[in-house]
Amino acid sequence: MADLITNFLTADIRTATPLLLAALGLVFSERAGIVNIGTEGIMLTGALMGCLGSYLTGSAMLGALLAVLSGGIMGLIFAYFTVTLRSNQIVVGTAFNIFATGFTVTVNRLALNGAKVKGFPVYQIPVLSKIPVIGKVFFRWSLPVYFAFLIVPVCWFVLQKTNIGLKIRAVGEHPKACDTVGINVFAIRYGTIIFSGLLAGLAGSFVSMGQLSAFTEGMVAGKGFMALAVCVFGNYYPTTVMGAALLFGAADALKYRLLTTSLAGQYQFLNMLPYAITIIALCAFAKKSNKPVCSGVPYRKE
Amino acid sequence: MAEDLILEMRHITKRFGSVVANEDVNLKIEKGEVHALLGENGAGKSTLMNCLYGMYDSYEGEIFYNGKKVSIHDPKDAIALGIGMVHQHFMLIPALTVIENVILGLKENKAVLDLQAAAKKFTELGKKYSMEIDPWVKVEQLSVGQQQRLEILKALYRGCQLLILDEPTAVLTPSEVDSLFEMMKKLTSEGHTVIFISHKLNEIMKICDHCTVLRRGKIAATVAIKDVKSREELATLMVGKEVKLTTEMKPPKLLEERLVVEKLCCNNDRGVQALYDVNFRLRGGEILGICGVDGNGQSELIQCITGLRETTGGKISINGKETTGLGARDILKLNVSHIPEDRHKFGMVGPMNIEENMTLISYKENLYSKKGFLNWKWIGKHSQEICDTYQVKTPDVKELAQNLSGGNQQKFVVGRELERIPQLLIAVHPSRGLDIGATKYIQSQIVAQRDAGTAVLMVSTELDELIELSDRILVMFAGKVMGIVDRKDASRETLGPLMAGISES
Amino acid sequence: MQNKGRKQLEGILFPVLSIIVALVLGAVIMAVMGYNVSNAYLSLLKGAFGNKNSVGETLIQATPLIFTALSYAIALRCGLVNLGAEGQLYIGGICGAIVGAHLTGIPGPIHIILVLASGFLGGALWGLIVGILKVKFNASELITTIMLNYIALELVSYCVTNAPFKDMTPGAAPRMAAVADSVKLPIIMSQSRLHLGFLFALIGIVFYYIFMWRTTKGYEMRVIGQNPNAGRYSGMNIKTNGILSIFIAGGFAGLGGIINIIGVNYYLAEGFGGNYGFSGIAVALLGSCTPIGILISSILFGALNAGGIKMQLLAGVPSAAIYMIQGMIIIFAVSKELFLWFRKCAPKSKEKKEVKADG
Repeated sequence: MADLITNFLTADIRTATPLLLAALGLVFSERAGIVNIGTEGIMLTGALMGCLGSYLTGSAMLGALLAVLSGGIMGLIFAYFTVTLRSNQIVVGTAFNIFATGFTVTVNRLALNGAKVKGFPVYQIPVLSKIPVIGKVFFRWSLPVYFAFLIVPVCWFVLQKTNIGLKIRAVGEHPKACDTVGINVFAIRYGTIIFSGLLAGLAGSFVSMGQLSAFTEGMVAGKGFMALAVCVFGNYYPTTVMGAALLFGAADALKYRLLTTSLAGQYQFLNMLPYAITIIALCAFAKKSNKPVCSGVPYRKE
Repeated sequence: MAEDLILEMRHITKRFGSVVANEDVNLKIEKGEVHALLGENGAGKSTLMNCLYGMYDSYEGEIFYNGKKVSIHDPKDAIALGIGMVHQHFMLIPALTVIENVILGLKENKAVLDLQAAAKKFTELGKKYSMEIDPWVKVEQLSVGQQQRLEILKALYRGCQLLILDEPTAVLTPSEVDSLFEMMKKLTSEGHTVIFISHKLNEIMKICDHCTVLRRGKIAATVAIKDVKSREELATLMVGKEVKLTTEMKPPKLLEERLVVEKLCCNNDRGVQALYDVNFRLRGGEILGICGVDGNGQSELIQCITGLRETTGGKISINGKETTGLGARDILKLNVSHIPEDRHKFGMVGPMNIEENMTLISYKENLYSKKGFLNWKWIGKHSQEICDTYQVKTPDVKELAQNLSGGNQQKFVVGRELERIPQLLIAVHPSRGLDIGATKYIQSQIVAQRDAGTAVLMVSTELDELIELSDRILVMFAGKVMGIVDRKDASRETLGPLMAGISES
Repeated sequence: MQNKGRKQLEGILFPVLSIIVALVLGAVIMAVMGYNVSNAYLSLLKGAFGNKNSVGETLIQATPLIFTALSYAIALRCGLVNLGAEGQLYIGGICGAIVGAHLTGIPGPIHIILVLASGFLGGALWGLIVGILKVKFNASELITTIMLNYIALELVSYCVTNAPFKDMTPGAAPRMAAVADSVKLPIIMSQSRLHLGFLFALIGIVFYYIFMWRTTKGYEMRVIGQNPNAGRYSGMNIKTNGILSIFIAGGFAGLGGIINIIGVNYYLAEGFGGNYGFSGIAVALLGSCTPIGILISSILFGALNAGGIKMQLLAGVPSAAIYMIQGMIIIFAVSKELFLWFRKCAPKSKEKKEVKADG
């Protein structure tokens, strides 16, 4: 029984990590009024770049660095088109996803071909990791996992208690009012988009190097969109977003658990589980939401 | 004289594309005065002040503040100099608390905010000007008057010396206006300077020291108020030619009852009760004006009558038929025309052309369409006729509605609605945002409808317009009918207390 | 009037510019990756228009793209963003394939109509889910459509490997049973595989035009798409129209799926969707959601698809590389401001120089 719980919780945290990382970034950009469905493409690119970096340098951390950088650059490009040029955010996001599909396949066939690379090493926290059950579930992870959960309170603090957090929350609600008190709306939006790009890149690298340590085409498989749903489901607060990510992770863990039962023959239906749960969660929580008023609307300074 | 000037704007010109909004404007403001900026809608008052407040990147001309030449191209610059502005549409963020709004974007904010200290300072400031507001509530919970006071405090908190108020009285009751004026006096007595943007002549006569009149983007005159003999004199300066301030109205020829509203109740968008037992009757051949400060249930009342909002109690009958619970389409079919409160939001589809907009209401009717297929040939011809009749200036009916001026847009909306020969006409803020020429034209069309026997229900926040045109005026406050005043008794003095919720009994 | 002429010119100029910029950037990326760009683009061109057969292949590729583009356009005209054409196409394909394979003994033409109808209905119902979730729960269609795509993908995977849907022929690859000969669409151009489905697609475009611009229902949808408040004011039912539009949109995507099956492959296998769903969005956006625009850009994207296969064969560039170009075309096609910005900047920098010279 203890084993069952341990395995379940471990699988939960493993799946929740990339969702949480990407969703935390999205909390910031969404609060600033940006809808970035290109997160899927950024994660996919991050997954590839992580593996590529690890393949070339032999170090997973350097791979992750490359993934984070590529995420940041894609964020910058997204910001240029949606903030400076005021192009439709949904369309640019869709284009990012299509581009990333082509880009990752091309680079993968050129350089990696699904080669196995060094994944993120696991760091066992001394003493704590020896505690039964809890030790295994919480204290035997690679750095991105610790990072994802440790920055949750940091993100909350920044968003709710600091000057920059107040500006971010204000920009998504009423950009023009922010302008009248001297806030640079463009800078805030650029900043949050790039930040969410960085985190999405890291999230992508965890998808490819967290467990399997190889890139396969299309491996992000909707996790970027799920992160978006997690963000909505968590009502745009870092803390509740963490809960939402863990819930989604649990759905996935449940899927793996059921795959070992007699239901495995119809594994396709089990595979649908996380997607179906995303839809249900969205339906249950879309109505009472904290969604910024000017979400998705480009700001034009006169 | 020169050392008394706090602000001087020289040769300001602002263009939007090929449209010149301000041309070679020179403005001098003395320290400690209330200086009015008077002009019609679209005369360029707000544009000029937005230049001063740094809302625009580029404009031509020079600005001198306290005798020194300054460069203002961002609100940051203006705030640093001590210029504050209360915009017509408040620049507050409803989802944030009062204190968060107050300190938003302040330069002296530390990385980690100290809201407690800020709240203390804010409360002291509020006490000083007897405008206390709880710093911890969300702005969305404040009334419009409170929000305006918050805007003023926000500017003072930033240390502003020169305060620009853009049409501050448009959203206030007469008593709130009085307390605003007292506050302005207090500010000037302490050495602050106020620029007061308005097109309401009597307010300017009452409160201001000087008045600069803008006409079509240029300065028409600057006068000292003490030298002005009558408000007609200011009106002449504003519009450029002598205008008669009252329209001659024939006595009404009353016909049968067209609209009966009995004990009507409904909720607003947030689910809070917005109307309480509203009763009135409207007959053919008369204009019933609905008066009140914005947000006292007028919008909800109109939405109930036109089938855009569910009622929670009471009864509505149009032309003798009960319409409670019917949808918008069924009600329009009863020969009801509706000039909506915000033409951009409801009355038209900007990216569609004029003929497509002309069919917005009648597209299912004979001639417009047959068996589900639209007859564009006839619609085009018919639209052209409406444009000709109602003086809509447009190259042709294929022009996109959004490319027309505000006045022409309103004219085609009015044309579309009147062309249906309504028995009941509901006109909401029919002249809002229009220049005086277009306003007069639209008003004359509405009066012509009344003379032809149409029952007219007119909502407006412009008291003068209502007093001029209405046969009876119904005053609303907080979702209740405060009273119905006959034409002969209607004046600012009788309506004012009712608008503020003070009934005689 | 002059204004109108200029607008029309811009309507052509911007899409062409965005294609050129995307192709150039695509060339740069491929060059950086070490591919022979001229070789790649030449083989792409050859694959798309080299001979009668390649032209046929281009139009074959354009056919489902027209349907998915119409799917996106129909929903968008009513204000909904349908990112779910991919899934609707799969479901349409599955439903049509079942009727096409397992219903027998019906005269050919009637069978074809039944197959098309079930393809339409399958996609339409898949779209309907999105519409209902949106109306009932206010669930953003951006996410629900995408999630339904993945669910549809899993359904395809199930149908090609499980009885009674899979091809029972011993030793057959995982795929659904082949459709009856009577529903296979006839070839309409000799020396090519171009099938009757292309004509169906053209009819689809005509339907789109007549429905949207000539009927009161289409008019309602366009009003709601541009300004839902105006729609409400004139008594239109926003919800029913939204649901109807996504129903029709889904149906069109479903038609694209089943027509591709009965025209080209004759059976449904995994990956038969070939990313048509998302490329369709690009087609619709590049063509500004107008009937003519969709026709032209679908042929262009069909050419990219058909040429991409040749490019992989001859120049060794993975055909997926064209998705990079497609992605960039979309971005530039919706970023007119970019080109306007360039135009604005060019004379400005000159002015500055002059001022400096004076000073």
